[in-house]
Amino acid sequence: MTKRFVYADNAATTQVSDEVLEAMLPWLKEGYGNPSSIYEKGRQAGHAIEDARKKMAEALGAQPQEIYFTGCGSEADNWALKGVMHKLASKGKKHLITTVFEHHAILHTCASLEKEGFEITYLPVGPLGLVTPEQVAQAIRPDTGLVSIMYANNEIGTIQPIPEIGKICRERGVLFHTDAVQAVGNVPINVVEQNIDMLSMSGHKIHAPKGVGALYMKKGIVIPNLIDGGEQERGRRAGTENVASIVGLGRAIELACADIPGKIAKVTPMRDRIIDALSDIPMCRLNGDRNRRLMGNVNMSFVGAEGEAILLGLDLRGICASSGSACTTGSLDPSHVLLALGLCHEVAHGSLRLTISDWTTEEDVDHIIASVKEVITKTREMSPLWEDIQNGKKKISLGVE
Amino acid sequence: MLYSDKVLEHFASPHNVGEIPDANGVGEVGNAKCGDIMKMYLKIQNGVIEDAKFKTFGCGAAIATSSMATDMIKGSTVEDALKLSNQAVVDALDGLPASKIHCSVLAEQAVKAALTDYYQRQGVDPEPIVGKVEECHACGD
Repeated sequence: MTKRFVYADNAATTQVSDEVLEAMLPWLKEGYGNPSSIYEKGRQAGHAIEDARKKMAEALGAQPQEIYFTGCGSEADNWALKGVMHKLASKGKKHLITTVFEHHAILHTCASLEKEGFEITYLPVGPLGLVTPEQVAQAIRPDTGLVSIMYANNEIGTIQPIPEIGKICRERGVLFHTDAVQAVGNVPINVVEQNIDMLSMSGHKIHAPKGVGALYMKKGIVIPNLIDGGEQERGRRAGTENVASIVGLGRAIELACADIPGKIAKVTPMRDRIIDALSDIPMCRLNGDRNRRLMGNVNMSFVGAEGEAILLGLDLRGICASSGSACTTGSLDPSHVLLALGLCHEVAHGSLRLTISDWTTEEDVDHIIASVKEVITKTREMSPLWEDIQNGKKKISLGVE
Repeated sequence: MLYSDKVLEHFASPHNVGEIPDANGVGEVGNAKCGDIMKMYLKIQNGVIEDAKFKTFGCGAAIATSSMATDMIKGSTVEDALKLSNQAVVDALDGLPASKIHCSVLAEQAVKAALTDYYQRQGVDPEPIVGKVEECHACGD
């Protein structure tokens, strides 16, 4: 058994890059001034934040004053959904449209809004993990206040038709929010061209540190303040800024969005090599559309092998990956995303998510392929379920129900 | 998921994996829908468990508890094996995360299921001795 450290869980988090760390360090050392202070040390910190805001705006095709720094992507999601719905409630708009396979930062926020009396429509997703603009168009009601649909799914990496959905929302006069935590830096985004009114993102998915995110909010949208206090973030999210992390986020998004087509050209063939090689394993399936998918995302199910056991087996070989099995979701049910595709529990339990990046090498890919094959074989050898499948005692459909 | 070193050790090199062709007690508990199945094989002679093997479909804890449980009953008398509790398995593994305790229950039930089969093959009603084997506490499926 060969061991080689390979980080293939970039959808979970990423390593802070040297460039980002370099950009941050001065603001953890001599640049400690409070950005709200009048003197030079304060002003310098203030300028650093505004510089980061400008970089964020440039990367997203927005205006700097439309960018609000937050503590994380989940905070941005919470603020957007609760903020818009609370604001529009007085105008009789009590309906929100989202999908069944959003991140929990959206789904649990929706559950909280439901408790307050708002109505939520959860659009189903097709077997390939895509929603259609037509589904959205059909779900819009006179009292719909907001549509929130993720840009790219965190588990299966499917990229939604965001510009088209945004267009429909705009035509129907409904605000459109997208959770783009997985998409930023992976998909070219322009909020103006793509009809996006609000967008959430997170720093640590693009080589910035954990604990910083942002909400893009189109000029003219007014929602209740997230935190009342000082004048930070135009008074809408008060609290002394996390200067170093914000600077890090600015540098990270600049780097992440500098050459997206170049990254896609480099990473996609590696992703496809993994998918093709692992498809040789009997009784497996790729989860999510093969083409409309993030450049680094591989999500496959291997029947008869359990997800967490696969992860631990890969860990022994130095590989960091993730799964949507019940054992890893912390509940008795496997991932809501895989179930939303129509997979049966048995197939969902055997899922493996590998998320590579432009930091991944061909040697890493070789090690991933060899290790996954080894681990699946070993796990299945001791699996009574696999034995029953092999001798025809148990039938499991790989397809969607 | 913070597993103890002992659990990881048993996951990495599980003891007693496989089947016993001439087993005289075989039991299977759990189900694929829940994501855990344990199948246990016992070879019992003169009231002593001469050999125990298992096959498990499940997470790291499911594999580690199967490995440990078979270790613990191997060489013991049937009476002692019947006394094996899930807590004893958990303790022997230096603890399990709370969400994984059900795996140890499954391991205890797998031993009981195999012993039930053993008694049935002997023409003895197992229920007064082994009790009722509950398949899965967690989901009730």
